[in-house]
Amino acid sequence: MSHQQDIARLLQGRSFIELSARERAHSLLDAGSCRELAGPFERLYSPWLSAQGIVTQADDGVVICKGLLDGQPAVIAAIEGSFQGGSLGEVGGAKLASALELAAADNRQGIPTRGVILFETGGVRLQEANLGLAAIAEIHAAIADLTRYQPVIGIIAGTVGCFGGMSIAAGLCSYLIVTREARLGLNGPQVIEQEAGVAEYDSRNRPFIWSLTGGEQRQACALADALLEDDSTLIRQQLLQFMARGLPEQPRHRRSRHYLERLLAMDSAAQADADSARQLFHSGEKP
Amino acid sequence: MEKLHLHYPAGAPAAQAVLVGVVASGDLEVLIAPAAAGSCHIVIHSAADGSAARWRAQLDRLFADGQAAAMQMEINDFGATPGVVSLRLAQALEELSA
Repeated sequence: MSHQQDIARLLQGRSFIELSARERAHSLLDAGSCRELAGPFERLYSPWLSAQGIVTQADDGVVICKGLLDGQPAVIAAIEGSFQGGSLGEVGGAKLASALELAAADNRQGIPTRGVILFETGGVRLQEANLGLAAIAEIHAAIADLTRYQPVIGIIAGTVGCFGGMSIAAGLCSYLIVTREARLGLNGPQVIEQEAGVAEYDSRNRPFIWSLTGGEQRQACALADALLEDDSTLIRQQLLQFMARGLPEQPRHRRSRHYLERLLAMDSAAQADADSARQLFHSGEKP
Repeated sequence: MEKLHLHYPAGAPAAQAVLVGVVASGDLEVLIAPAAAGSCHIVIHSAADGSAARWRAQLDRLFADGQAAAMQMEINDFGATPGVVSLRLAQALEELSA
């Protein structure tokens, strides 16, 4: 791509990553259809952060928007990555879980509400401990419930990525959309470095980190379903395509035996790199 | 964390509710809700201890003349600099009159 084309793309493109959680939800839903539930003026603050001297946010970092996607009913739950690292506590977690639970209840009453989760999260909010963990378990259960009726589509755009218990939630989604800026992993780089040592995993080596947990790698290993440019229009188009495709024949979390066999076959004596990880995930019988 | 209440005279009630910003590092969130005519009440939660004098000086400049709409304003500040604060306040008041 020429220098001129690069500049034109930068000026004309509509970045998705640069949008706040609320703007992301608005940009995906059909124009004029968006209605926020349990919004900031309901003032559902985290009661635990202020008790620990931490400033709260009026929506507790989770934005729930009901609306239409290509004319079909949908609910979008967007996590704000820049508030407390997108961590899930009692209130934000309950908002996210309830949104998905209500969407499943809709389906039982004949309303085909779809679910979309915009992940930008480090996982559980440590200041809220077990309440955050319980909320994430409820989110997992709610995704499993809703995917009996409708696809739940996860989007990890970046720049925070998706880690901890919420990476399991991403794994439970029917389809997962990522960008090159996205990262997906159970433990974050600094946690792995602390546990395994800097020789094993240097969290400041950004090319190394992205080569193993970045969006491009996750898609190449078939742990994500679409890798897109950071562009709101492209992301919305892909989301609508996955919606139209309906439930996958065999969702990723039903292929756990395949993944476990791959991990057992891995030679952990050799340092893993991007190529060996790709070969590993594509080896063996097709799931 | 510091909590501050400020009261100012004001005009007619604000026309709508407004939210701008995010409680991110070096940023803040401003919520505006309409209030009864004549009253402007501002609550500030700030991560920066000892910043009361600065907040008072900065908000006095905007609201002490009593010309603003009557509102209940809430500010959740995560260590924003005075420059960021004034940009966010300008953004909030601009959206209020939009």
